Amino acid sequence: MEWSGAVSLGAMTQRITRDEVVHVARLARLSLSDAEIDEFTGQLGDILEHAADIEALDVGDVEPTSHPLPMVNVLRPDELRPALDRDLLLSQAPAAEDGQFRVPPILGEEP
Amino acid sequence: MSALDLASAVRSGERSAVDVIDEHLARIEARDSEINAFNLVTADAAREAAAAVDAAVAAGKDPGPLAGVPIAIKDNMCTTGVATTCSSKILEGWEPPYDATVVQRVAAAGAVMVGKTNLDEFAMGSSTENSAFGPTKNPLDTSRVPGGSSGGSAAAVAADFASLSLGSDTGGSIRQPAAFCGLVGMKPTYGAVSRYGLIAFGSSLDQIGPFSKTVAESAALLEAIGGHDPLDSTSIDQPAFDLTSVLDRGVEGMRIGILRELSGGEGGVEGVSADVIARTNEAAAALEKAGAIVVEVSVPSATLGLSAYYLVAPAEASSNLSRFDGVRYGLRVDASTTGEMMTATRTAGFGPEVKRRIMLGTYALSAGYYDAFYGKALKVRTMMLQEFASVYAEVDLLLTPTAPTTAFQLGDRTANPMTMYVNDVCTIPSNLIGHPAISVPFGVGDDGLPVGVQLLGPALSEPTIYQAATALEAAASGEGSLS
Repeated sequence: MEWSGAVSLGAMTQRITRDEVVHVARLARLSLSDAEIDEFTGQLGDILEHAADIEALDVGDVEPTSHPLPMVNVLRPDELRPALDRDLLLSQAPAAEDGQFRVPPILGEEP
Repeated sequence: MSALDLASAVRSGERSAVDVIDEHLARIEARDSEINAFNLVTADAAREAAAAVDAAVAAGKDPGPLAGVPIAIKDNMCTTGVATTCSSKILEGWEPPYDATVVQRVAAAGAVMVGKTNLDEFAMGSSTENSAFGPTKNPLDTSRVPGGSSGGSAAAVAADFASLSLGSDTGGSIRQPAAFCGLVGMKPTYGAVSRYGLIAFGSSLDQIGPFSKTVAESAALLEAIGGHDPLDSTSIDQPAFDLTSVLDRGVEGMRIGILRELSGGEGGVEGVSADVIARTNEAAAALEKAGAIVVEVSVPSATLGLSAYYLVAPAEASSNLSRFDGVRYGLRVDASTTGEMMTATRTAGFGPEVKRRIMLGTYALSAGYYDAFYGKALKVRTMMLQEFASVYAEVDLLLTPTAPTTAFQLGDRTANPMTMYVNDVCTIPSNLIGHPAISVPFGVGDDGLPVGVQLLGPALSEPTIYQAATALEAAASGEGSLS
């Protein structure tokens, strides 16, 4: 599917289009019904409308903060230590085989 | 009986921990079908753990500072072999192979887990109505919500199902339900409590903290769960706070600022109701009477918190929740290819609010919109950090309402997401900047339901916050006896 990509939001009356909602759902691996697409188009538009105060802000020189407190990388000695048991972890999987997680075919064909 | 009195009675052998637990289990049995605080009650394990506490006391061993105290754990914290659901269908049948660090620490302190509490699915919500297992009701008025997302943990303490509980707070999810249920709720400094084993929502915002009826109990629980954990790389490398020894130091000479933008002041956030503003001003007057110096201060960027949060938190959530794909744990809806299986699983497993936030976050991070939304929201965090830092050069702590209103009616705000989101307007700034904040009950609103006021401080100011919270609590109980 072709997607139109970025458009000038300021000029838009509709904050997010139906097609964009469909595109985002595909990225997020969610399947939406027509009614849900309509509902989300309206609701996400309302939320983005509220965020217009941020969108309009002039923050050119401000550095972004992705973490609230200044922290440096945490390192530890590269030593072997016990990990969780593989069989225990696989026992929680929906399907497992030969010590591995089992999934349906990846490319749409039976192996 | 407070958790501290219970613990000392159990420690001295005056009361048996098993009896204490049985008493609480009986209360749960009698009333939780109405309240729905718990997703799971771990009665047998609780009796066993209580028996071990009693055995330790009998053997002359130290059973820990919270010996025999019943505690409820929010169902987004991992418990070995005990279902952990995040109140989502997508984790159906999953039993974690390890404990969250906080779960181990409360057990090491002698506390006894009685169950896992309901929440808004993946902690996304402000009313505990977004749960796959039905809403939790406010024990003070069952037509009202308990707040959220940690509504089950708040209701469990308010209904005396447990003396203490743990919640998690990403945008107010401990403090707002504490306010709605008349409890003390604390969000510690980011990194002060380990997040290991807390199922992530917004990793740069999430923090675990205590619910309790009193400030002293809150301090004792935070002491038990705090301190460095090598299993959490964002854990601050310092020991747990010493809080209980500073509680009674008072507020003489302490400088406290009423944060205008969040307290109904001009140019601030809208929708804070008059009764809540009145209680906040009375709290300020009470602190002044107790010797604090109260001034009005301004943090203009605080009004941008809500917008910044509803970009940052969904963005982080959309990334964190990508791990729920039907491959390694929980629900799988079969389909002919792995891609279709993942889509079918996520579509069936997530509820509407979680889908909405995943969609919003995916959009905010997508090509063409990253700079306009997510990138700018991160810059707003910097502006807030700078403005709060300059205010804290003038004052020690800030005072605001915790939530704009008292507990609202069930179903009142589910139709329009924005009406739900504005609940967090006063609590969000502390998460965006990683600072600690506590909600303390202070009187009631026009509807007779509790009002919470919030004390905010700079990073690692927990001792000062607890000192002021103790003074506020004393003043509130004084007010109560007058009315």
